[in-house]
Amino acid sequence: MKYEIQPTLPPPANTVGAIGWMRKHLFHGPLSSAATVIIAVLAVYLLTPVLQWAFIDADWIGDSREACSSGGACWVFIGNRLEQFLYGFYPSEQTWRLNLAFVLLIALIAWMLIPRLPGKGWAGAITLVIYPIIAYYLLIGDAFGLEYVETHRWGGFSLTLVLAFVGIVAALPFGILLALGRRSAMPIVRSLSVTYIEIWRGVPLITVLFMASVMLPLFFPEDINFDKLLRALIGIIMFQTAYMAEVVRGGLQAIPKGQYEAADALGLSYWKKMILIILPQALKLMIPGIVNTFIALFKDTSLVVIIGLFDLLAIVQAASNDPDWIGFATEGYIFVALMFWIFCFGMSRYSQHLEKLLHTGHGNRA
Amino acid sequence: MSKEKSRAHEAPARKKHDSGTRFWNDPGKRALVFQTLLIGILGFLIYTVVDNTLHNLETRGITTGFDFLHEEAGFGIPLSLIDYTEADSYGRTFIVGLLNTVLVSVLGIIAATVLGFMLGVARLSDNWLVAKLSTLYIEIFRNIPLLLQIFFWYFAVLRALPSPRQSIELFGGFLNIRGFSVPKPVPEDGFGLVVAAFVIAIVASVILVRWNHKRQDATGQIFPAGWVSAGLIVGLPLLTFLVSGMPLSLDRPELRGFNFTGGMTLLPELVALWLALTIYTAAFIAETVRGGILAVPKGQLEASSALGLPKRRTLRLIVIPQAMRVIIPPLTSQYLNLTKNSSLATAIGYPDLVSVFAGTTLNQTGQAIEVISMTMAVYLTLSLLTSLFMNWYNKRMALVER
Repeated sequence: MKYEIQPTLPPPANTVGAIGWMRKHLFHGPLSSAATVIIAVLAVYLLTPVLQWAFIDADWIGDSREACSSGGACWVFIGNRLEQFLYGFYPSEQTWRLNLAFVLLIALIAWMLIPRLPGKGWAGAITLVIYPIIAYYLLIGDAFGLEYVETHRWGGFSLTLVLAFVGIVAALPFGILLALGRRSAMPIVRSLSVTYIEIWRGVPLITVLFMASVMLPLFFPEDINFDKLLRALIGIIMFQTAYMAEVVRGGLQAIPKGQYEAADALGLSYWKKMILIILPQALKLMIPGIVNTFIALFKDTSLVVIIGLFDLLAIVQAASNDPDWIGFATEGYIFVALMFWIFCFGMSRYSQHLEKLLHTGHGNRA
Repeated sequence: MSKEKSRAHEAPARKKHDSGTRFWNDPGKRALVFQTLLIGILGFLIYTVVDNTLHNLETRGITTGFDFLHEEAGFGIPLSLIDYTEADSYGRTFIVGLLNTVLVSVLGIIAATVLGFMLGVARLSDNWLVAKLSTLYIEIFRNIPLLLQIFFWYFAVLRALPSPRQSIELFGGFLNIRGFSVPKPVPEDGFGLVVAAFVIAIVASVILVRWNHKRQDATGQIFPAGWVSAGLIVGLPLLTFLVSGMPLSLDRPELRGFNFTGGMTLLPELVALWLALTIYTAAFIAETVRGGILAVPKGQLEASSALGLPKRRTLRLIVIPQAMRVIIPPLTSQYLNLTKNSSLATAIGYPDLVSVFAGTTLNQTGQAIEVISMTMAVYLTLSLLTSLFMNWYNKRMALVER
């Protein structure tokens, strides 16, 4: 007889590996098994025709609707109109200007996002102050030998980006002022800020756009004429400022009270305290909130179709009513959905990542 | 920096000369001056805007005021919950639009809540496939603009339906490009009894639940009040309905010529808007629900199982009450968002407040300022009521700590 310790037996075969995982996560009870089976069957049942339509039967190459004869999706429609979907009615020999503006923006954003690159403050300042000026002259032209492109020729995805970017960049300073106003000790400043914020947050963007397009011209002397884009932008900025103010307020509230008191103890004036001590810390905390409002605004820019601007959604909508391509609305919508989804999902992932990164646990909050 | 220092040194020295601080260094007085200035600038701005507006209105020949509300509207509205004809006033178009907004909002809120709760719970499911499917749904629909979803349902799905003659029969109704025609229940004499039975059943259930609570507190015995009340609320009206000889007939839709008559028709615009609002908002509600459930500390679940409560009762007595405390405030703001988003109706022509009143009425009368302010006031009132409710709820639900 030997009294040696026997080697441990391997775990039962049905608790490890693929089978074990499936038993644990897919078939751990009658209800769960039923759900798994139903979902699997439905998925096969529904996905097959969708995949068949979108890929296998789809038409990819061609230049007119005659190319779409196989009964599947007609991606020819998208490919054919892609330039219009991206640039609107911007003169096609000038689209390099839009591309350049876009590439510059991407480069600046990459500078801000990649942690290894130095000078984040500069990147932010350039994006918020210098870049808009460059982009303005690039897009509109009429200076530096660039051809003038009227705003009614803008459209498509580039217009969507312009609306969202201007909306967020212009709303940031006003939002900071309003948030400071809301936390101010001066009763009149505070109540005015609260009134502004609550009014704009309480109404839908559509009514704001309506207001901007029909009421704004009434507010100014007759000889001042706004173009449609500017009116929409004013509406969007007024609306977005209120949301931005709430994000900034959240950031301000997250700064520990000791920071305010320390600044006061050093004898800093109000603006010095805010600009040197509070805002730099608060702005960092606000980035996820700003990204989230940006996502909301990015999706909301599609509403400008109602006041007659041709953003990405509107231009695809118009193209799908074109007699040459009628009947391919679904393909168009899927394309728009994909564009929006990629941007929004990417940004929301980034903001979640930031939230985790910034979750460093401040102590007592003001 | 040096400027700072020198000022710091100066300050006490100056104090010896003057009896008080300088006017500009007194925060109270400075605030007063600043606020007076602010009011002055604001007042001037408002004055200029009002002046410009009055001048512009005069040159365009538009009279201000709310008199236009009594004028005849002269346009039809395809869906109205109250009696409305073209001969009615503009004021009535406001009410009709408002009711239509309320209709789609209420429908959307109910459906989105049900779907959202299901998805939120499903995302936390132990079943990998269920959880992933729910995540997929949420991530897809939250990141696509609502307007695009409305367009998709309206133009790509509902516009592609067949004409009334080739209608698809579905659950006893007819689905076609003009909408979904379903039989309309018409109450006959004696239907009031059924309604009365329903009311009685609800009252009885409330009393039953209260009695059960009291008895449980006193004796510890539990009476299955939930099941009995459910039975009462369903059973009693049903019984009355059968006993009183089924006083309800169905007005079935019939194909006459090119369209259906009789029954009731759900407008395709309403269906598209309802679907899109539900699907979009449900994704957000699901996230709220998930957050609320995750906010219940693990210790609560462990304590509950240590007390020997079965899984179901743990859910009902421990998890849900504590999760609801977290869920309800963001949930109400989702409801508010849904109501505000219902204004996108105007893009597909569902006759809601913005579409009817801020659209057609505004175009016909040109009374931009009055119409837009009335429309905004409606949404503003709703949002103020919501925030009042939220404050009240938060106060009521705030943890009473010892």
